Amino acid sequence: MATVVIPSLLRKFTGGAERVAADGATLRELIRTLNARFPELTGDLVENNEIRPSIAVSVDGEIATSGMLEPVRPDSEVHFIPALGGG
Amino acid sequence: MRRRQSGDTLVLIEAQLTASQRGLTMAETAASGNFKVIGTRPVRPDGVDKVTGRAKFGADYSFPGMLHGKVLRSPHAHALIKLIKIDKALALPGVKAIVTSADLPEAENKSEQAGEMAVNPRHLSANILARGKVLYDGHAIAAVAATSPHIAEEALRLIEVDYEILPPVMTVDAAMAPGAPILIADLRNKEEGDKPTNVATHYQFKRGDVEAGFKSADFIVEREFNTAMVHQGYIEPHNAVGIYNADGNATIYCSTQGIFDVRLLSSQVLGVEVGKIRVVPAEIGGGFGGKTTVYLEPLSVLLSKKTGAPVKLTMSRAEVLRATGPTSGSKIKIKMGATRDGRLVAAQIWMAYEAGAYPGSPVGAGAMTIVAPYTVENFLIDGYDVVVNRPKTAAYRAPGATNAAFASETVIDELAEKCGIDPLDFRIKNGVQEGSPQVVGPPYKRIGYLQTVEAIKNSPHYKSKLTGANRGRGVASGFWFNAGMQSSAIVNIHPDGTASVVTGSPDIGGSRASMAMIAAEVLGIPMTDVRPVVADTDSIGHTDVTAGSRVTFATGMAVYEAARDAARQLVERAAKAWEKKPEEVELRDGMLHTKGNGVPPVSIKQLAPRFPRTGGPIVGRASLNARGVGPAFACACVDVEVDPETGKVQILRATVAQDAGKAIHPSYVEGQMQGGTAQGIGWALNEEYFYDAKGILRNTGLLDYRMPTCLDLPAIDAIIVEVPNPGHPLGVRGVGEVSIVPPPAAIANAIYRATGVRMTETPMSPPKLLKAILRHRSSAANAKAAG
Repeated sequence: MATVVIPSLLRKFTGGAERVAADGATLRELIRTLNARFPELTGDLVENNEIRPSIAVSVDGEIATSGMLEPVRPDSEVHFIPALGGG
Repeated sequence: MRRRQSGDTLVLIEAQLTASQRGLTMAETAASGNFKVIGTRPVRPDGVDKVTGRAKFGADYSFPGMLHGKVLRSPHAHALIKLIKIDKALALPGVKAIVTSADLPEAENKSEQAGEMAVNPRHLSANILARGKVLYDGHAIAAVAATSPHIAEEALRLIEVDYEILPPVMTVDAAMAPGAPILIADLRNKEEGDKPTNVATHYQFKRGDVEAGFKSADFIVEREFNTAMVHQGYIEPHNAVGIYNADGNATIYCSTQGIFDVRLLSSQVLGVEVGKIRVVPAEIGGGFGGKTTVYLEPLSVLLSKKTGAPVKLTMSRAEVLRATGPTSGSKIKIKMGATRDGRLVAAQIWMAYEAGAYPGSPVGAGAMTIVAPYTVENFLIDGYDVVVNRPKTAAYRAPGATNAAFASETVIDELAEKCGIDPLDFRIKNGVQEGSPQVVGPPYKRIGYLQTVEAIKNSPHYKSKLTGANRGRGVASGFWFNAGMQSSAIVNIHPDGTASVVTGSPDIGGSRASMAMIAAEVLGIPMTDVRPVVADTDSIGHTDVTAGSRVTFATGMAVYEAARDAARQLVERAAKAWEKKPEEVELRDGMLHTKGNGVPPVSIKQLAPRFPRTGGPIVGRASLNARGVGPAFACACVDVEVDPETGKVQILRATVAQDAGKAIHPSYVEGQMQGGTAQGIGWALNEEYFYDAKGILRNTGLLDYRMPTCLDLPAIDAIIVEVPNPGHPLGVRGVGEVSIVPPPAAIANAIYRATGVRMTETPMSPPKLLKAILRHRSSAANAKAAG
């Protein structure tokens, strides 16, 4: 199962857990799994079945470029981080 | 550091396959290549047009029957708009149309992806034309189109606006205070529930146990820093010409960092389908992040639609300063601890950034960069995005990171001193390298941070002795993420064997040259045989903004792939002509060869005229959403001399080292490093938005908004470090931003060594520094008197 690192302010929705394991071959499937366990968590990450524009997802250290279709491996580490812009 | 060994274009292409078989990264492959074009310093392709004045900037566009637009701006920082009366202005001869927010569709209050930003269409629209309330001095209220700019200006004076003035909220402290006036009635954040607030977002990053970390520290430094709001200071003011056609299509000519962003944002503001707007890029006289959004562009189309004529709008310098997007002023409270042997063990940081009138400061980036160069086992970082009655901030070169580094790099200097360790050695001891965790969690891939510090340590500058009274030397480091995102490229092979490379990335820092060089390298032809073209939104695939130091990385990757596509087609075409299999033909140094015995080699120039009779045109294409971004680090060393009687700081010498991954055109990499350093020096010493008690900006010209000139700056030495980015076929990292990050802290650290004063606010201008020097002298005298 992939490891999802929960953003600090959202750990209240995972009982304080910083890392949770979740199944899924894509981000969509992984978020579906998370949603079943922590329904309040995913509302802050996903909107209208897409990753919120204010959030970027890092899968194995690489910023996802395929949104919810981003592939996730069983040994992947997934981070939700603020999206940012450069100058 | 690796040096290029051997090979040529063919090696570059073929080695790619070999590398793949051997499991090597693309950058390792590139690292073994002996480039012929990349790494050289050819003259820029747009140079002649620029120096002869032929290059067309946004304000140079003119069309038959064109009208001129002007914008009425708020004289108040915070006020309700009770009534706007336009009848007198409309009656003025020559006035053709006036628009207010009533002419724009009601935009949704939601977050939408727009290029590299998340945009709230309602806030974007209200920033273009205020809707019911003005939120800063200079906020646009109405726009006029008239037959001359003077008539349009005259008409502005005839528009009557009835305001109900509200108290201005100018600082994060004032905005976050209990009972503070609320700027945006429906702004909420998750932590305060349904309570109206000026705090748009709270970010938090946490690692380890901060309390335990501080308990293990031998030295703790705790300070509060304040930085002033500053502007990017691009020389060319904003401009736009809008032409609305009767068929419902519109064209915008403008100076922008992102034509596709202008198209998308204008479509959102105007309520028009994206495909009905075409954006044509003008040459751009600087942007630095400030031209990644829209101000005049939708207005030009709106006025054109109302008048049936092309409409041009240009800003004055005062409008640029009052009403475009500077970067945030900030307050940062920071506490860091280290063990006696110089190991950073804990950091606790509270930071609040001024977003301006609408949410969206770079505080999240500030929080993610503030300790990014270091492995800190325990930290807690809280960041707050706070709306205030100032213009909505926009991106500025490594947004958020310079404010943050001013705080952390000053404290690190102080900790190094307490530990009795050289400040560069302290950084090396704690510096991140491949595998170190980033603030946000994932480990760094291959990075060159330590190499930048070593480069400064070994530089003639750092090795030199600084002598003389009131002089000091300071160092500091900086980090920036860089960006990937979407890019497209087309490589056309012309009948004479030359090529054009077409992209959608406006050229701000010399990227035309980089794109031509990459295509030339892959095709094996001279760079002068490649013409780089920046196309409009209908002529090239989607390409995100020229920002985030992404063009040479991402658009360069697209050009590399498009050139390889063209090269593959050339090989196939030659094979077809020679009745060979494609794998029996190779492209080397612009010549097509058969492997082994066979036909004499043919150049692209010889083959190209035969395209019509051998299968038609050859056009290489690539569109991608770039992965493999390589972050950038820089380290700077600055010598200063302080006049103790006036507080004036003279920069004596400055050196910056930066990891470029691979410098495609070293002169333009150096230019970016020197430009970033110059802007960092301006930010450090003089630049500041100065508002009066009513929230009115008092320094709306470049005489009073004091940017550095050549008289203020020494020659800046640039040391390019090349640690190839494994995520890019040529090893490229972004180079456009990170050099702005270290200078303010490096200068503060140098001032400390010159005067004994630790500066904690920018700008470190003469009055502020003199005050601090006098306070320091007074404390020292008191301490001496007390025995």
